[in-house]
Order: sequence, then C-alpha cells, then structure tokens
Amino acid sequence: MSPVSKLDEQAALVMPDRGRAALNALVTGLACIAAALLVHFVVGSMVGPFVTRIMLDAGVMIILAVSLNIVNGFTGQFSIGHAGFMAVGAYVAAGITYYSSLALFGSYQAQTGLISVGSLIFAASALVGGLAAAGAGWVVGLPSLRLRGDYLAIVTLGFGEIVRVLLQQSNPQLFSWDETRAASLKELVPPPLGGAQGFQSIPTYTSLFWVALFVAITLVFCFRLKRSSEGRAMLSIREDEIAAQAMGVNITNLKVRAFMFASFFAGVGGALYAHQLGTALRPTDAGFARSFEILIAVVLGGLGSISGAALAAVLLTVASALMIELGPWRMVLYALALILIMIFRPGGLFGVKEAWEVFGGLWRRKAVAR
Amino acid sequence: MLDVSNLKVSYGAVQALHGVSLRVEKGQIVTLIGSNGAGKTTTLRAISGLLKCSADRVAFEGRELRGMPPHEIVRLGVAQAPEGRGIFANLSVNENLEMGAFIRNDVDRVRQDKKEVFELFPRLKERLAQNAGTLSGGEQQMLAIARALLTRPRLLLLDEPSLGLAPQIVQTIFKVIREINQAGTTILLVEQNAHMALKVAHRAYVLEVGRVAMEGDAKELAKSDQVRKAYLGGH
Ligand SMILES: Nc1ncnc2c1ncn2[C@@H]1O[C@H](COP(=O)(O)OP(=O)(O)OP(=O)(O)O)[C@@H](O)[C@H]1O
Ligand SMILES: [Mg+2]
Repeated sequence: MSPVSKLDEQAALVMPDRGRAALNALVTGLACIAAALLVHFVVGSMVGPFVTRIMLDAGVMIILAVSLNIVNGFTGQFSIGHAGFMAVGAYVAAGITYYSSLALFGSYQAQTGLISVGSLIFAASALVGGLAAAGAGWVVGLPSLRLRGDYLAIVTLGFGEIVRVLLQQSNPQLFSWDETRAASLKELVPPPLGGAQGFQSIPTYTSLFWVALFVAITLVFCFRLKRSSEGRAMLSIREDEIAAQAMGVNITNLKVRAFMFASFFAGVGGALYAHQLGTALRPTDAGFARSFEILIAVVLGGLGSISGAALAAVLLTVASALMIELGPWRMVLYALALILIMIFRPGGLFGVKEAWEVFGGLWRRKAVAR
Repeated sequence: MLDVSNLKVSYGAVQALHGVSLRVEKGQIVTLIGSNGAGKTTTLRAISGLLKCSADRVAFEGRELRGMPPHEIVRLGVAQAPEGRGIFANLSVNENLEMGAFIRNDVDRVRQDKKEVFELFPRLKERLAQNAGTLSGGEQQMLAIARALLTRPRLLLLDEPSLGLAPQIVQTIFKVIREINQAGTTILLVEQNAHMALKVAHRAYVLEVGRVAMEGDAKELAKSDQVRKAYLGGH
C-alpha cells in the first residue's frame, strides 16, 4: 500500500467523525436558537414586565454562577472576584455599542426589531467583551494559579478593586458623535466610560432572546466540558492535585484554561447586564458585593454542579427581587443563608452531582423500597 | 532502565535525602524498604517530578528526568500510584480509570487494557458506577494500581500498596504486583512490609534516614542478620 492511499484511508476514517461533530454543533446551535426564540416570543408574551425583568436578571445570574462554577466547582480553586471580569465585559461591550450607535445611527437608542444591525453589533460586542474578560483572566490567572495555596482568592479580590479604581479614572462620557469626533486625545485616553459618574444611556438590546441564547450556549458548553476528558481532568485537580499530575494532567495549564473559560462567560454576562433597560454601569459593579452574590449561588448549588448553580442563581434572583425593599439587609440575609447551608448541607443543594442524578438516585431508592 | 545517582532533596532547611543512588533493571521488581520517615516517599516523588531535587543523574531509559514536570514524565512511561492512594473520591470508579487513560488517545487499546485490568481486579468491574470514595481501603488500593496501569507505564512506582490492608488483601495485592511484573512492567516498590516486599522483589534497597544503608539481591538481604533484626522482626 502506498503512503498516499494510507493517508486517504485515514482521512476517510477521520472525516465522518469531523462531519458528525460539525453536524452535532449545527444541531445544538439551532436548538439553542429555537429555545431562545421560544422563550422570547411564547414565554415573553405570557408574562408582564416585572416577571420579564426577573427572567433577564436570572438569566444573567445563571451565566455568572455557572461560569464561576468552572473555577470554584470543577478545578476546586477559589475565585472571589468574578464581578471584576463581569465588569470588564460590561464596560467593553457597552463602550462598543454606545459609541458605534452614536457613529452609525446618530443616537444611543437601540434599533427596534429582534435582528437589526444594532443588535448584531450588540451580539458581537458581547463576544468581544467576553474575550476581553478572558484576556484579563489569563493575566490574573497565570501568575496566581502557578502557586499552590489560596493566592487566587487574594489576587481575584484585588483584581476587582483594581478594575473598580481604573474605571473611576476613566474620562467623562461623551454624549454625541460630534462631541466624540472633536474630542482631544486627553479626553479619549483613558477611554470616556463615565468615570465615577457611571456609564449611562447604553442602548437597551438585552432581551429575553439574547439572554436565553447565551444562557443556553453557556449551559451546553459547561455540560459538555464536564463530561469531556478535559473536564474530568479539571475535577481530578479538585480531588487531588498530586494524583492528577501523576495521571499526566498539566495542572497549571488546565487551571488557567478553566479560569479563562469562566472569565469569558462572566464577560458575556456583563455585556448582557450592561444592555438591560435601566442599567447605568458603575465602577462599583466590579466590587466585592456582586462577586459575593455569584459566589453564594455557586456554593448554594453545590460546588461542581451546573444545574445546582443555575437553580440557585434563579432562586437568589427571585428572592432578591422580592426582598428589594430590604436594601442593604439583603447582604445580611445572604450571609445568613450561606452559614445555614454550610451547617445543614455543606455540599450545597446537589454536591458535585447534577439535579437528575440526585433525584434519579432518590427515585431508584424509592423504587427499591417498594 | 532507571538510574538514580546521588539524589538529594530538602524540605526547607531539613534535608530528607542525603545522596541516594539506585538502579532498576528492566523487567525486575526492585523494592525500597525502610522505616517511617526514611525518605521512601520522597525518593519516589523526586523521580516522578513532584518534588524538586538535586542529583548527579535521574535517568529513565537514558533520558534525564530532572527539571521535567510530572505530567511529561508520565508520558515517558513512568507511572505512580501515590502514597495514600490518591484516588479521586468524588469521581466514579470508571471515571478514575478514565483518568488513568488521560494521556492516551488510542481508544480501542484503552478498552482492551481496561478488560485486562478487570481480570486483575474483578471487584472493580462490579463497582464501576460507585463513587471511588465509598470503596473499601483495599478496593481503593486496587483502583489506584489499576489507574496507574492504564497509563501503560514501562516503569510503575508503587508507594506502600499494602498500607492499612488486611493480610488477605495484602496477599492479593502482592500476587497482582507479581502478575503485572510478569506481564512485562518494571516495578519500583516502596514498602514497610519488608517481609512481603523482599519475597516478590528481585533486588532491594534499604533506606535509613535519607541514605541507602544496604542493597543487593532481595533473597540474600532477607537472610542477612541486620535486615532480619530491623525489618523482619527476627532474632
Ligand atoms: N512536605 C514535607 N515537609 C517537610 N518535611 C517533610 C515533608 N514530607 C516529608 N518530610 C520529611 O522528610 C522525611 C522523609 O519523609 P518520607 O515521606 O519520604 O518518608 P517515608 O520513608 O515515605 O515514610 P513512611 O514510611 O512513614 O511513609 C521525614 O522526616 C519527613 O518528616
Ligand atoms: Mg511514605
């Protein structure tokens, strides 16, 4: 057999696999879009603005909690600065859509219609925001994840504060394209993101469709990751770093990857948050309070459990919407809730397992009892 | 196959190994015995790259291992079943075994190797879906060895596989160690159970406070007065 025909044979063996993977990705993508359309048009038409608002908030929170779970749940590291990455994504995406809207449409008003030039720019800005956050994740993760011990907690906490201070130093927002074009270099560097006053009038593109779509993508990604060989290796790091290394896992490399995945989705979540009706971004968005909420959702759901983190995100969002008039007391209740979980269910709602594994187990036990 | 010369390791200011030299020939079982704190685990970890060390030479099949990260050393064919087993407690038995095959992508061979591993340890097959943390101590040890075998090592480093196990299980484990060796895997076996270790091994090293105190043919050493007094409870 000539080497060429052997290569052909290999190609023939590989191609159907690749073809299947591509088909699989296509089908999954279409399913995500279909689900998002369903949520947007069917569910969206059945609920009022109050419930819609809660659904949007819950969706963003799901993305944040499920992504933080990759670091804190899968690899067993302890990041407590997720809001910092969220803020990076939020400001980057909002900067893109706001100034491009001024340039292209002469107004910061969002274009109407589910699919428009403006909403596609928004979707792209969410991805860019995610990539910017992932880049920040690489910068933060690489030095701190090399070291043993809980350096990550300290560094991520510091990172959130640094982002907050940097955002405070940003230039005042510019309110028209003429003004922006006439701006001097000094007004553009650091970028005009509103400083301590906050960044306002961000076009409101965040709708049930986009939130549902990005939630679906995030969930699919995380479930696939957990079941993949790479995801299993992340779990093995959490279980026993030395044994994981003995299995040939490059633990630093994988921890940094996990951290970058998490930061990416945090950035996307931030972009969705930024473009919601009524949002004015503030430097304090990068601060500890928001990070703490996300952390609670992950711990409440059970470190490592994707469905647990998602469910806890929804529960916390609904609870905090109902307790809105409690103001700062909410944080006290959160802290209390965290303590109670630690006492009564130290592994969180589902532990590492997924909801159906837990309930499936109960079901089987009951069946046996009968 | 493995050639270690003048290996030194320190934990901070405390030096744990003061120049250990040992050789493992291909196809053999070599055992490293010694009392608690003698430096056996330290030696294994230095070889597998988990600890920083200084040495004149740590060569595996002629390649220098010093400075290589542990995940690359595994890929060269040196696997370790760590002390205290190091199984992934919250993963299932099957997932633990899959982790053993982490560095491989020859799916069919892995499936075949799993079958062989189940022949060595039939109990694991019955408990595939069980969380590894809920296995008995003996089963966990079997899993740790099985998992290391799935990396397809040419040299297997075992750290106290008999630790804390009932005599009957210890017999089983040692039987399997011999079988693994007969199937062609070279083994460096760290043990406190000097009696059993010297029985299965071809060669032996006795480690005392970070130094090789004695070395030689395992059967000869088992007969020597010094070893019998210190490690075999003889008179
Ligand atoms: N992480 C560590 N930090 C400081 N000292 C250590 C560390 N690990 C081991 N040592 C010391 O190094 C020496 C050798 O330890 P090692 O674990 O290699 O012994 P061992 O022969 O495997 O003993 P055992 O049979 O009890 O497992 C001991 O004195 C121990 O206290
Ligand atoms: Mg030891």
